[in-house]
Amino acid sequence: MNQPVTVPAGMTASNRAGGERLARFRRGAEAVAIPLLALLISAGLFSIFLLILGKSPVQFYSLIWLGGFGTPFSWSNTLLRAAPLMFAALAVAIPARLGLTMIGGEGALVLGGFAAAAVAVPMIGTTNPLVMHALMLMVAMAAGAFWIGLAGGLRYYRGVNETISTLLLSYIAIAIMNFFVEGALRDPADPNKPSTKTMLPETMIGKIPGIDVHWGLAAAVLTCLLLYVLMQRTTYGFACRIAGGNPRAALAQGLPVGKLIVSAAMIAGICAGLAGYFEVAAVHGKANASLAAGYGFTGILVAFLARHNPLAIIPVAILFGGIAAAGGIIQRRMGLPDASVLLLQGLTVLVLLASETLYGRFRLFNPTIRTERT
Amino acid sequence: MDGSSALATVLIAMLGGAIRVSTPFLFVALGEMLTERSGRINLGLEGTLVLGAMSGYAISYHTGSPWLGLLVAGCAGMMMGALHALICRLPKVNDIAVGIALMLFGLGIAFFLGKAYIQPSAPRLPSIPLGFWSDNPQIAQALQINPLFLIGIALAFFLAWALKNTRPGLILRVTGDSEAAARALGHPVMLIRLIATACGGFLAGVGGAFLSLYYPGSWNEGLSSGQGLMAVALVIFARWDPIRCMVAAMLFGAAGALGPSLQAIGITQGYYFFNAAPYILTLLLMIGSAGSKKALRDAPGELALTR
Repeated sequence: MNQPVTVPAGMTASNRAGGERLARFRRGAEAVAIPLLALLISAGLFSIFLLILGKSPVQFYSLIWLGGFGTPFSWSNTLLRAAPLMFAALAVAIPARLGLTMIGGEGALVLGGFAAAAVAVPMIGTTNPLVMHALMLMVAMAAGAFWIGLAGGLRYYRGVNETISTLLLSYIAIAIMNFFVEGALRDPADPNKPSTKTMLPETMIGKIPGIDVHWGLAAAVLTCLLLYVLMQRTTYGFACRIAGGNPRAALAQGLPVGKLIVSAAMIAGICAGLAGYFEVAAVHGKANASLAAGYGFTGILVAFLARHNPLAIIPVAILFGGIAAAGGIIQRRMGLPDASVLLLQGLTVLVLLASETLYGRFRLFNPTIRTERT
Repeated sequence: MDGSSALATVLIAMLGGAIRVSTPFLFVALGEMLTERSGRINLGLEGTLVLGAMSGYAISYHTGSPWLGLLVAGCAGMMMGALHALICRLPKVNDIAVGIALMLFGLGIAFFLGKAYIQPSAPRLPSIPLGFWSDNPQIAQALQINPLFLIGIALAFFLAWALKNTRPGLILRVTGDSEAAARALGHPVMLIRLIATACGGFLAGVGGAFLSLYYPGSWNEGLSSGQGLMAVALVIFARWDPIRCMVAAMLFGAAGALGPSLQAIGITQGYYFFNAAPYILTLLLMIGSAGSKKALRDAPGELALTR
C-alpha cells in the first residue's frame, strides 16, 4: 500500500517535506474516495435493479435513511446492530493485516455467545452478577480465541487454507451450539424455541446513560481504538504488517511469523467472542439460534469497506447497522423481500473489490505516476 | 430390531445417501477442479450453487420441464463464473476475496428472486430404478438413481482423459502451472481462465439444480448447507484429479448421509453432531492433506491457495 514516493524532478529540498505531506494526504484522500465511489456505483446498480422490478429507488434509499438514521428510535436500532458489526469486522480486519482472509467471525461469535450463556446457566440467580459476568466474559473470549486461533495455527503449521477452514469451523460452531441448546442445556421452562436458561433481566448488561443502547457499543468503539493503536503504533503491529506484506522478508528478519499469525487470529477470535458475549449478556439473555444472525458475514463487508483499518470500521459499521435496521421497514412499506439487504451488500462487496484495481491509477492522488506504458 | 439388521439398514441408507448426496458434490467439485486447474480459485461456488438451485426450480415450475430448468441453472452458473473471471482479470484484484463477494451476491439474488418459489412445487427430475433385481425395498429405494449421477461419473472419467490426452487439456494445464509459459506459447491466458471458470460455474449451477429438482427436491433458503464450500476443500483433498474428486465426493456423500440414516433407525440423539460430520470430515481431510508434499507437488503452480 505504501509505495515509496519518488520526488519529481525539479522539486527542491526545502519543499520536499511539504511534498511528502501532500503525497500522504493525497493517498489518504484516495483511500476515502475510491470506496465512496464504489458505494455510489453499487447504489446506482441496485437502483437499476429496483427500476427493472418497478420499484422506486428514491423510496428505497429514503426508507433506509428513515429506518436507519431518521429518528432517535432508528438511531438506537442502528447502534444496537453496529456494536456486534464492529467486533465482527475487527475479527476480519486484524488477520487481514497479516495477509490472511479469515471469515469465520460468525462461528466464533456463536461459540463465544454460547459459551458465555452455558457458563452462566448454573449461576443464574445464585451467584453475584459481577462474578458471573467476569466468568462469562472470560469464557466467551477464550472460546473465540481458541476457535480462530485454531485456524491460524492450522494455517501456519499445516498450510491449511484459512478462508476455508474458518468457514467450516463456523458451521461446526453452529452445530455445537444447536447440539447443546436442543439437548443437554435446553431450558424446559422456555415455551418458545430451544434456548439455554434465560438470565434475570436485572443482571444483564445495562444501557449507556442518555442513549437506548447497551454498553457493548462503548466496548466495541474502545476495542476499535485500542486495536488501531496496536496495529499502527506498536512494534507488534509493525511486525504484523511486515509479515503481511512479505512473509519471506519477515522470516529473514527473524520475526516469529508463526506466533504473529496465531496471535493475530486469537485477537480476531477474542473480538468475535466479545460480540457473542454482548449479544447474550445485553440483548438476548440466552443462547439460541438467533445468535447466528449473520453479523459475522456482514462484518466481512464492513472490514473490506474500511480497508481493514480499525478506525474506519466505526463509521462503516454504523452505516451498515443502519441499512440492516432499515430492512424491516423496507420489507413492510415496499413489499421487497428481506433478502434485498443481502443482495445490496453482496453487490457492494463485489463492486468494492473490483475497485481495488483503481488504486494508483489516478493522477489526482498519485502525482508521480507516469502515463501508462504501451 | 437386532444389531446386525440395524447396521445393514444404516449401511444401505448410507449407500443410497452417498449416491444421492454426492451428486451435487461431484458436479461442484469437478467445476472447481476445472477452475483451479486454470490457476484461479472460485470460492463463490456456494452462491452459484444456490442460484442454480433457485433458477432451475423456477424454470421447471414455469415450463414444466425439469431438464430445461437444469439447463437454465447451468447457464446462470456460467454467468456467475464469467463474472468472477472478468472481475479477477483486473489487476490487483484478489480472486479469493471476489469469490466471497460472489458467494454473498449469489445468495442475495437467489433469496431475493426465489421468495416466490418457496411454496409452489415444481416437476422434479426422474430417476432410474436400478434396484429392480432386489426384493429388499430398502435396496430398491437406495438404488433409485438419478441420471445426473451417472452423467457426473462419466464426466469425471471424460475430464480425466481430456486433461491428459487432448490439446485443450494441455493448454489448460499449462495456463494453471505457469502463466508465463502459457503467454510465451502464445495462449490467451485470460480467455482460457474465463472459459474454465465459466464451465466451472455451469457445473456448479447444475449441481445446485440437482438439489432443488431431485434431492431434497424443493427450493428453500436453507437448501444448501455449504456444499459449494466443502467442494473447494474436496478438490484440494483430491489433489486436482477428476477421478479422485469423484471418490472424494462419494465419501462426502456418505458422511452427509450419516445423520439421516441414523435417524432412520431411531438414533436421534446427537442429530446435530452427525449433521456436522461432513464439515468435521472436511476439516480433518484438509489438515491431513493440505500440507503434504504430494499435495504441493500436484497443485497447479499459479494457484494462490497453496502459495
